[in-house]
Amino acid sequence: MHMSDGLINAPTSLIFGGVAVIGMAVAMVGARRDLDDRTAPMAGLVAAFVFATQMLNFPILPGVSGHLLGGALAAILAGPYVGALCVGIVLVVQALVFADGGLTALGANITNMAIIGTAAGYLVAVALRSVATRSKTGLAAVAFLAAFLNTVIASLGFVLEFAIGGDAAFSLGGVTATMVGLHALIGIGEGIITALTVTAVAAARPDLVHLLRGTEKPLEIRSAA
Amino acid sequence: MSAGHAGTNVLHHPGDSPVHRLPPQVKIVAALLTVIGVVATPREEFWAFGGYLVLVVTVWRMARVPVSHFAKRALIEVPFVVIALLMPLLGGAAGALAGWNILAKGTLGVLTSLTLAATTTPRELIVGLQRLRTPAMLTTIATLMLRYLEVIAAEARRMRLARISRGHDPRFLWQVGATARGIGALFIRSYERGERVHLAMVSRGWRGAMPDRGVAASPATWLAGLTPVLVTAAVLGTAVLVP
Repeated sequence: MHMSDGLINAPTSLIFGGVAVIGMAVAMVGARRDLDDRTAPMAGLVAAFVFATQMLNFPILPGVSGHLLGGALAAILAGPYVGALCVGIVLVVQALVFADGGLTALGANITNMAIIGTAAGYLVAVALRSVATRSKTGLAAVAFLAAFLNTVIASLGFVLEFAIGGDAAFSLGGVTATMVGLHALIGIGEGIITALTVTAVAAARPDLVHLLRGTEKPLEIRSAA
Repeated sequence: MSAGHAGTNVLHHPGDSPVHRLPPQVKIVAALLTVIGVVATPREEFWAFGGYLVLVVTVWRMARVPVSHFAKRALIEVPFVVIALLMPLLGGAAGALAGWNILAKGTLGVLTSLTLAATTTPRELIVGLQRLRTPAMLTTIATLMLRYLEVIAAEARRMRLARISRGHDPRFLWQVGATARGIGALFIRSYERGERVHLAMVSRGWRGAMPDRGVAASPATWLAGLTPVLVTAAVLGTAVLVP
């Protein structure tokens, strides 16, 4: 969920605006290294993909639907820098063009979802890379875990911001329990969809899964004996 | 909560008012500073928030955009309204004031963002970011994203239609397999389209940056565009300084 204006105070909003600018700058340098002159068109299309998947609602229970956030998915498929950059740009466009997420909360939203969430998801995936490359089930399990933790840790980013610049009327423990509980539920849905999506891409175009780079089997050339 | 971005242009209300004609960079800065002023206002100064609402409605009148345009689209705030209404139950009187704080500032924030989006096309917003010295790479990615969003979203809709017409009717989370595989296929198609778009751009002389079509705003234009910010600052100053 995108934060609206007024959840955190003005100085905290400005601090996290600065954090977001620094994070996006780092992501930009990294993305350019990954994609060189292809960066803009490729990242543009990946960002459009992330945006489009956020429009796809999937059922959680009858009457209750959720939608993908896509941070861990983008990081596993396109790499952490391109992933963070795409999610960040999606958030900027949603705030400016679609009035979704407050303008003053934009820095905090980028910090949580594009930077903290994507980094957490990717670090989990990289730490378990040996499991992911072993089998299809392993890849699905790692993708699930990365997406689940991506969602939960991004919500902890909100708790941090709320602790610094939120409302003292609420106990931090209550806010933490509500946010983490809610996002654990969202994270399960996010995890299942991410796992199935990543395995589907890995089955068709394993070369497009950034996490699996360098594990392709070399072409075997046998001489006619 | 961003369920249901229908088209890319649903928020824009075409027009030729002075607000529409302001350079986009001025409008972005004005909207951002106004919301910062609103957020910085102490919550007990109820009259100040009424003043901000009058200010927003005045801008709507000048932009000649009907109030109903905003009323429908402000529904995006509903989840926050629910949270704000739950606050008194969780925190008593202090909770009620805190709920009011989130509700008032969140609503004014959404109305300001909607005003910006209603009077400025997506393309102009990107040009505005360009004029505000946003790195060319970011604005180029955002431009391409907006340009291809409709294509990718339409592709996603066609895939969904294909699934439904084949009897797909998911009701529970454990039935999302086909949807997820569809998302996987969508990623591959987006990525491959990106590769084709890149080659097409290179063959047409792409050098790595979009042409800048914007114009610099004169100091007078800046002053005119930042009038709402000055009003906000005056209200904020009165709210903070006058006991």
